[in-house]
Amino acid sequence: MTGNTPLHLGVALDGAGWHPAAWRQADARPKELFSPQYWTDLVTEAEAGLLDLVTIEDALNLQSDEFTEQDARTDRVRGRLDAVLIAARVAPLTRHIGLVPTVIVTHTEPFHISKAIATLDYAATGRAGVRVQVAVRNDTAKHFGRREFPLIDLARINEPDVQQLVADHFDEAADYVQVLRRLWDSWEDDAEIRDVATGRFVDRDKLHYIDFDGRWFSVKGPSITPRPPQGQPLVAALGHADVPYRLIGRAADLGFVTPHDAGQAADLVARIDEQRHAAGRQDEKIHVWADLVVVLDDTEQAARDRLARLNELAGAEYTSDAKIFAGTPAQLANLLVEWQAQGLSGYRLRPAALPHDLHRITRGLVPELQRRGLFRTQYPENGTLRGLLELDRPANRYVRA
Amino acid sequence: MTKQIHLAAHFPGVNNTTVWSDPAAGSHVEFDSFRRFAQIAERGKFDFLFLAEGLRLREQKGQIYDLDVVGRPDTFTVLAALAAVTQRLGLTGTINSTFNEPYEVARQFASLDHLSEGRAAWNVVTSWDQFTGENFRRGGYLAQSDRYERARTFLRTTTELFDSWNGVEILADQDQGRFLSTDRPGTFKHEDRFFDIEGQFNVPRSPQGRPVIFQAGDSEEGREFAASGADAIFSRYATRKEGKAFYDDVKGRLPKYGRSREDLLILPAASFVLGDTDAEAEELAHQVRRAQVSPQTAINFIEQLWNTDLSGFDVDGPLPSFDPVVEGEAIAKGRASVRQLAKDPIALANEWRAKAEAEKLSARELVIEVTGRQTFIGSASSVAETINQFVQEDVSDGFILVPHITPDGLGPFVDTVVPLLQERGVFRTDYEGTTLRDHLGLTYPGGPQA
Repeated sequence: MTGNTPLHLGVALDGAGWHPAAWRQADARPKELFSPQYWTDLVTEAEAGLLDLVTIEDALNLQSDEFTEQDARTDRVRGRLDAVLIAARVAPLTRHIGLVPTVIVTHTEPFHISKAIATLDYAATGRAGVRVQVAVRNDTAKHFGRREFPLIDLARINEPDVQQLVADHFDEAADYVQVLRRLWDSWEDDAEIRDVATGRFVDRDKLHYIDFDGRWFSVKGPSITPRPPQGQPLVAALGHADVPYRLIGRAADLGFVTPHDAGQAADLVARIDEQRHAAGRQDEKIHVWADLVVVLDDTEQAARDRLARLNELAGAEYTSDAKIFAGTPAQLANLLVEWQAQGLSGYRLRPAALPHDLHRITRGLVPELQRRGLFRTQYPENGTLRGLLELDRPANRYVRA
Repeated sequence: MTKQIHLAAHFPGVNNTTVWSDPAAGSHVEFDSFRRFAQIAERGKFDFLFLAEGLRLREQKGQIYDLDVVGRPDTFTVLAALAAVTQRLGLTGTINSTFNEPYEVARQFASLDHLSEGRAAWNVVTSWDQFTGENFRRGGYLAQSDRYERARTFLRTTTELFDSWNGVEILADQDQGRFLSTDRPGTFKHEDRFFDIEGQFNVPRSPQGRPVIFQAGDSEEGREFAASGADAIFSRYATRKEGKAFYDDVKGRLPKYGRSREDLLILPAASFVLGDTDAEAEELAHQVRRAQVSPQTAINFIEQLWNTDLSGFDVDGPLPSFDPVVEGEAIAKGRASVRQLAKDPIALANEWRAKAEAEKLSARELVIEVTGRQTFIGSASSVAETINQFVQEDVSDGFILVPHITPDGLGPFVDTVVPLLQERGVFRTDYEGTTLRDHLGLTYPGGPQA
């Protein structure tokens, strides 16, 4: 099947799956959501399906059905483990798949996260990424309690003052990513010299102060962790509007978007491309992947019935920012191919229920795509996540020619 | 009953303990080094592995210090990855209470405890200096006098977060559709000078309830801080006299906090050099010390006390005849030992000079003497005997061993000394429990409603 461009696939892992009633499905493991075995099983399954990467959701607050505040529901999964630690826990037990935990940039320290993701890249020998996310909930800010934190009023979301608040959050995120990347570059690759003759362990001329000074924070550097195997681990972000698309355009290697049809997919690809150019990244590649919630079964009717049962258990129809697809793996493959023609390079699939829909991805969708010549049949040996995504290892900005 | 020895392994950090010039020395950053180190410790049935932390590269004379190992990975990330390649070994990480926030640290440790099935421990350290603060959002904001106060309230706050779930909230009842037994799990509210926070903690109670709490630090305030709430102390007094004095002092502080002597373990850092005979070990130890203290390292160390540039100084001759500079900023930054040296530099310089003269030591030899970290030198049977004696005499409750070769330097100890301790019945032949609290003989903390 020459002429077909292979597509990229990631899976977004979150709790028992993305449907709020996922934990009640018969094969769910709701008592094990906080156990290492649960996460190991999911990621090794994704790796058995030769996927590019898994993302792991995170937040500095409990899950809530409300966007701006905490609900008091007892019928939903609540509680989660730190995503970077989950990724680190599975890293030594996997060999090929990319590991992309979510980090909240609004309340954490870029210095800490920089070394954590660099270390994940060491533990995973070149397979680390990070998905950056802002936290706008006012109650989340109270968990830290050190900032004035005006509430984002969704009813007035398009008014200038609210838009300014949103823009501030994302500008802070862009600064954060810049600090991550500078810290990763703050050691040249060959800084460790172990020169017995002079007694020097490092060449200090190859270590660099980053001297970042921005509106929200300043960071001196250098990192305490040497430059990671990929040089710079992959940076990903999800966006639903122009402000976050701007963050993707200037700061990310991989953007997740949520089109609901092929036309929207084409539009989102174009808008991110525009932001990429506006940010002066003409020569750089940014992957744009569509997020899809997937409910997969052997027949379309079975998938629809299962979604209906889940909705019934949840007490309401499930809605999502992303399109919810219910059907067979072959039907999903058709959709992926159709949208791919609009310029997407891949997809981040959100399994509605775990492990059920993950298994249908790895054992149904992947073989279907392979039959069509659209997906790898094996991983490259000793590959990195950047390698899987055809992204170059970045040159170090501090190396003098 | 004969006291049982606790043993742990410290992956060496950035001090000049490590002989990185040795051909057997491996990477200090690649995960494989940590994996090998941890697996050797677990083969030896050690209680735990210990990681130190640094948040800014050290400097001297305004330049990055380049003579020791520089660079290390992130503590939490390494420990979580090690949980995958070990089964019983405790995982202890140093995390600073100044440049972190309680909510985040609490969820990282609670997550580590879940992901290791009950093997997490936190060594709470304090720091305050602007130098380190330059790497963080809020910069250098903490007065030195406030650091233990912040550490105490930080620890109190994280304990409230750990305790905010009592362990029975998660029903996960699929038939009834009840995931939680309560609609406001993890509720907390804390207000003091340093933290004014409230909300809901988002990690359910972990296998150990809370991680085991270690404290390192030696000041009067540090000792009180440890006596008031730590489970174990990482100390630097591993010699008979100093160790015993420290042990008696700290254990003596426990009753006023309503605690007994078993509630707080004292575990000094200790190095070792093994040989087939005691004489052979002595000879090897001498070589190791010379590798650890190169001429340049010696000059840099003397500069730290004299607080002035001594480039070109002849370390094979006597110590400087002039007195240390007591005015101005410290010449070395990001190094804890500088505070020790700065207490009374002129008196200390005189003491060093007197020692050098009496023992006919060159400046470098003097540095080798005064920075001597080799605690146990000898054949395996001598070392086993000494360690056992020290523990039985209450010099400590055990030791945290720091090998000078990374990552495999612990192997000879595990293969030769550990079996001798086991023969004497003073060290376990297998793990009896699964959690770090089990290994350390510590009780499980009750939750708020337990």
